[in-house]
Amino acid sequence: MATEAHPVVHEAPKGFLWKYIFSVDHKVIGIQYYLLALVAVFVGIFLSLLMRLHLVWPSAELPFFGKMTPEQYLALMTMHGTIMVFFVLTTAPQSGFGNYFLPIQIGAPDMAFPRLNMLSFWFTFLAFVVLVAAFFVTGGAPISGWTAYVPLSAVGEIAGSGLGLGQSLWIISIAIFAGASLMGALNFITTTLDLRTKGMSLFRMPLTVWAWFITAILALLAFAVLLAAGILLLLDRHAGTSFFIPGGLVITGKLLPHQGGSPLLWQHLFWFFGHPEVYISILPGMGVTSHILATFARKPVFGYRAMVYAICAIALLGLSVWGHHMFTSGMSPYSAFAFSLLTMSIGVPSAIKTFNWLGTLWGGQIRFTVAMLFALGFVSLFVTGGLSGLFLAQPAVDLPLHDTYFVVGHFHLIMGVAAIFGIFAATYYWFPKMFGRFLSEPLGKAHFWLTFIGVYAIFMPMHFIGLSGHPRRYSETTAVPFLGELDPVHYFMTMAAFMTAAAQLIFVFNFFWSLWRGKKAVELNPWEATTLEWTVPSPPPHDNFLGRYPVIYRGPYEYSVPGAEKDFVPQHLPGDGRGPGASASQ
Amino acid sequence: MADHVEAVATGSRWGGGVAPYAIGSKKLGMWLFIVSDSLTFSVLILVYAYLRLATPDWPTPFPFSPSIIFASVMTFCLLSSSVTMVLAVAAAHRQEHLRTVLWLLATMILGSAFLVLHVTEWSHLIHEGVKPFENPWGTPLFGGTFFGLTGMHMLHVTIGVIYLGIIAFGFGRRKFSSEDVEVSGLYWHFVDLVWMFLFPLIYLMSVKPS
Repeated sequence: MATEAHPVVHEAPKGFLWKYIFSVDHKVIGIQYYLLALVAVFVGIFLSLLMRLHLVWPSAELPFFGKMTPEQYLALMTMHGTIMVFFVLTTAPQSGFGNYFLPIQIGAPDMAFPRLNMLSFWFTFLAFVVLVAAFFVTGGAPISGWTAYVPLSAVGEIAGSGLGLGQSLWIISIAIFAGASLMGALNFITTTLDLRTKGMSLFRMPLTVWAWFITAILALLAFAVLLAAGILLLLDRHAGTSFFIPGGLVITGKLLPHQGGSPLLWQHLFWFFGHPEVYISILPGMGVTSHILATFARKPVFGYRAMVYAICAIALLGLSVWGHHMFTSGMSPYSAFAFSLLTMSIGVPSAIKTFNWLGTLWGGQIRFTVAMLFALGFVSLFVTGGLSGLFLAQPAVDLPLHDTYFVVGHFHLIMGVAAIFGIFAATYYWFPKMFGRFLSEPLGKAHFWLTFIGVYAIFMPMHFIGLSGHPRRYSETTAVPFLGELDPVHYFMTMAAFMTAAAQLIFVFNFFWSLWRGKKAVELNPWEATTLEWTVPSPPPHDNFLGRYPVIYRGPYEYSVPGAEKDFVPQHLPGDGRGPGASASQ
Repeated sequence: MADHVEAVATGSRWGGGVAPYAIGSKKLGMWLFIVSDSLTFSVLILVYAYLRLATPDWPTPFPFSPSIIFASVMTFCLLSSSVTMVLAVAAAHRQEHLRTVLWLLATMILGSAFLVLHVTEWSHLIHEGVKPFENPWGTPLFGGTFFGLTGMHMLHVTIGVIYLGIIAFGFGRRKFSSEDVEVSGLYWHFVDLVWMFLFPLIYLMSVKPS
């Protein structure tokens, strides 16, 4: 149905406040998300370093803590996980880069709902403030883990420090975050479907756009469930209901009045969100990796359509495998078997993606820019982390390994570090477009190699100590003799963690130094890439295309086309005997 | 560059021929919200179903008269409000501004009537001792699920009445288009539809055996 004026064209804002703070421009909002994630990631790293220190020197006096108690360790663990998962892995790749580049790559002047977009960012920001506030209230931060398992998280401070006000703030923060993510997801989907420029059919969209689009669909479904679960948990805590709290629960000698609820219900609801959340973190990284591998291998993405279908398949399967987080909950072996089969079947689309990445590289004229290195690192980490996922997908293997460091190593590689490498790849790739200057390549290379070696040095040994039976979530190992023998490994991992964290300082220096002093990106298209963001100035003007929208004539990855003038053919170039972009209905 | 960039007239979309989703952004946005919100409600209904099935002595305390009759009147109000909403949208598409506003007002009145009846019912139940954490008939979960589900729905109806008020005001002053009215209609019908699930699940399945 035809509508009136283009809904997203709006005046360029005037004044600092409207231009940089309460901006409705998707590019400013994208950068705001990115900077929020940058602050969050350093808070998260700091917390993890404190944990690593405590693990190797349990009696050391630490900054802010003095001698750390087990509760404080658990609080650090909870907040590290929550901050990293929500405010880094969900925020930067999807909301940050997605906001900035999705509209440009489909030839739109802005998102479909600019004001809603601004609102999503400020809600996310509010959620972060509320979460961090949990550190400073009486009792401190919650100790129930980023999964907030009940009954620990539902019964209040009687169950431990931080489970009073701290836990309530945690839930409120996550509920606000879920609301913000729902608004963002709705905006992304509408923008992708409605605001594509002429000729930009679905199968001409860059794989980054596909990844953001499918991620948005996952977020729309998953966060709706988390929101409902969060509301019920709040009711349990503050209205006296018993949705998740079973009867007859005695905590520190006191019988609780609740009865009838089910803690497993929380696990089901949480993981119905929690598993898709893994893909919300990693899918944008996959899109970015595909995009960058094609650009710097000077070859089309191998099996573009297969890549699209693989993203869809991963998302679809990802919604039906949450039970594999609950194998140890005593679920029926029949259910476990079904969840196990579904989980392992995700290996198929994942393998399709990996083989297609390798196929893209095969015979390419590879340019080893820093962005390319991080994209290659993503592939490496995705394979390493993914393989241990196949171990854990089988209940018989998961049961002994579930509560060990094996799982910690697995999910950090696949969900944490791989997604972070996607963020770094995107940063090095798009920085010149976003800020008009290049990041330093030599510093970037140092950053890459230190980080790449560092993360493997931290997380690979975790698999081995996990296999040796080292339980996770223990704040100290001193009281258990056989764990003491693993102390040298802990020592090694702590050293590696500090080295990796130090390498991130190189990145921060590079980021802010290049912002003002970096080499100027004079050319529109320094990487000789094909997609629309490289046809606009760096940084792009307020409405991206100066009121004139490009027309798309071809797919997104036409590199090294035989007979073509250059080794890349941008999407907006007509001709070459392929006819104008009339076949848009493909 | 000018030869392959063309100025796009206001109002055009990607213009690539047949578009199976030739749908305005606002309408699409509302549909997506409905998808997401129906999942939120699904969780609440699922929790109710799960806990009810897992509890052997789930109470069925509502007598046919007055509880079910009362709830049926509420249902009737809400269903009628959907009819007036349809008429409002139809009038909006014919650009009959006054009639649209009047039908919207009728919808708001019926919605408010539902709310008033609902609050009356709540206060009666609370008077009888039904709380989120206890009730006179059996498992405390009964009160929790009852207030949780109907409360969430009540919140949606309240937001809906305010939303329709804003739309009526804006459409009457020629600020909003007929599409805006239609989009608000989508929301309103969705909220009604949710009640069509809640009414049998919460009331009809809790009728006191005579």
